[in-house]
Amino acid sequence: MNNMELLIEEFETALLQINRVKAAELFERCYDEDKSFQQLEHMAIHALETIGNGWEAGTISLSQVYMAGVICEELIEKYLPIMQIKRKDIPKMAIGVLQDHHALGKRIVYSILRAGGFEIIDFGQGLSVQEVVEKTMENKIELLLISTLMLPSALKVKEVKAKLVENGLTTQIIVGGAPFRLDATLWERVGADIDGKNASSIIHIIENKFRKVGE
Amino acid sequence: MNSFERTMAAISHKEADRVPLFLLLSLHGAKELQIPIKKYFSKPENVVKAQLKMKEKYQNDCIYTFFYAPIEIEAFGGEVVFVDDGPPNSGEPFIRNFEQISRIKAPLVYETDCLKKVLTATELLKKEVRNETPIIGVVMSPFSLPVMQMGFEKYLEMIYFRKDEFKKLMEVNEAFCVEWANAQLEAGATAICYFNPLASPNMIERDTYLTTGYLTDRRTIARVKGPTATHLASGITIPVIDDLIATGTAVLGFSESDDLAVIKEATRNKICLLGNLNGIDMVNWDYKKTNDTIQNLISKAGDGGGLIISDNHGEIPWQVSEDTLLELSEAVRKFGTYPLMRSQ
Repeated sequence: MNNMELLIEEFETALLQINRVKAAELFERCYDEDKSFQQLEHMAIHALETIGNGWEAGTISLSQVYMAGVICEELIEKYLPIMQIKRKDIPKMAIGVLQDHHALGKRIVYSILRAGGFEIIDFGQGLSVQEVVEKTMENKIELLLISTLMLPSALKVKEVKAKLVENGLTTQIIVGGAPFRLDATLWERVGADIDGKNASSIIHIIENKFRKVGE
Repeated sequence: MNSFERTMAAISHKEADRVPLFLLLSLHGAKELQIPIKKYFSKPENVVKAQLKMKEKYQNDCIYTFFYAPIEIEAFGGEVVFVDDGPPNSGEPFIRNFEQISRIKAPLVYETDCLKKVLTATELLKKEVRNETPIIGVVMSPFSLPVMQMGFEKYLEMIYFRKDEFKKLMEVNEAFCVEWANAQLEAGATAICYFNPLASPNMIERDTYLTTGYLTDRRTIARVKGPTATHLASGITIPVIDDLIATGTAVLGFSESDDLAVIKEATRNKICLLGNLNGIDMVNWDYKKTNDTIQNLISKAGDGGGLIISDNHGEIPWQVSEDTLLELSEAVRKFGTYPLMRSQ
């Protein structure tokens, strides 16, 4: 195991222990080693992916996933201006919670994407179908991430998609949340373009889907 | 053998005439009476009528006096949002900052309209079913209630970084939970379903749970004057089974994600299992899937009693059809009659 791998492992442990101070120290050490933003980004994303996979496997809690995301987001936020890095804004993305006021899932995905250096608009929670559609149109969103907690809210994605199409939009929809985890084919039945039930893989999904556009 | 005897046998880890079936039906009552969900829950008499009808129709072994999860939020003065095709949900959290916590007071159960409706429904149902069918009342665990009171993100910050506010809110919630559970038992509930999704390692890591919610759960359950069924609302249970048993609870609502063979051995003669059907997926079930699922569950977890069949979330979704519920009930009678067939 090389130095960087050891550092990432230590960083993951600090995140799992919700130890903000230790995580910041390790981030600084990584920065001091080669002053590369890519390395910082790599450390954050790698740690979040490993932690996310641990949640999938049932060995790590959702609370740890959330807190790790928030800590990484804060750290990346601190180093972006220092290194004069601009956030990635292709594709133009937004995230929101349909109907429900439970925003944890949305917040996790938001943090992971921000920690990965992406720009993303937060539409908020408790949104109606009409509100989601209007905000998507106003902001010319190319990729819309919809988080839901309850089955009726998940089923409303179908209406969102239909209204977007009606208005001539080609916005892609990624869905996530409990109903999509409990019913593996629900995302297709509601007309979503991408199954985003695994939050930790969201960066890979977006990069694979939009790489050509961004390059 | 009546439903009460059948259930008591399962909880005592004995084989009754068949495996009991607890269809946790709340919203379906509105369908049964063909009225909107909000109207349905506005009168306890509606719930009484529908629960009795559904018990007969599905040969259900329990009466479920659960109205909706945020009823406790309503009691605290918070908002409840009704929809036409799903469970009422909590609105904007009413605790907006940590300073508010020092001023929060628990609602008085007997002076709160929404809670009084549940108590009235329980009393009326008790008169109807007497001791022949268990009546299951519901409370939210004091440890899990803050997700609706203040939002999950703020609550996690409190669990990890604000011990004083956490302690204060637990004191308020514990006092309320105990009074609310005991009022339902006094009104005629046989047992209390203690919803506690945050006890699952899916939600909070065990180490943190043991120093926070676990202590709350032990104190609370010890003061409830009747049996409790701890339900983790589809969260995995296996890593915390012994901890949950130590809280004194009698029944464990387990998850579709828990390994059936492992959980059966871990709970045998210790705690009765309640579960573990995937309610969300149930929307897609056909006759074969229903039969296969029930047969598999019973064959792996039914022997020696200790199993009550139910969904793994604590409420059958509105979208599950009547036909599926009837097939499910039939499958329980077909595969769950003791002694279980060897070929299973």
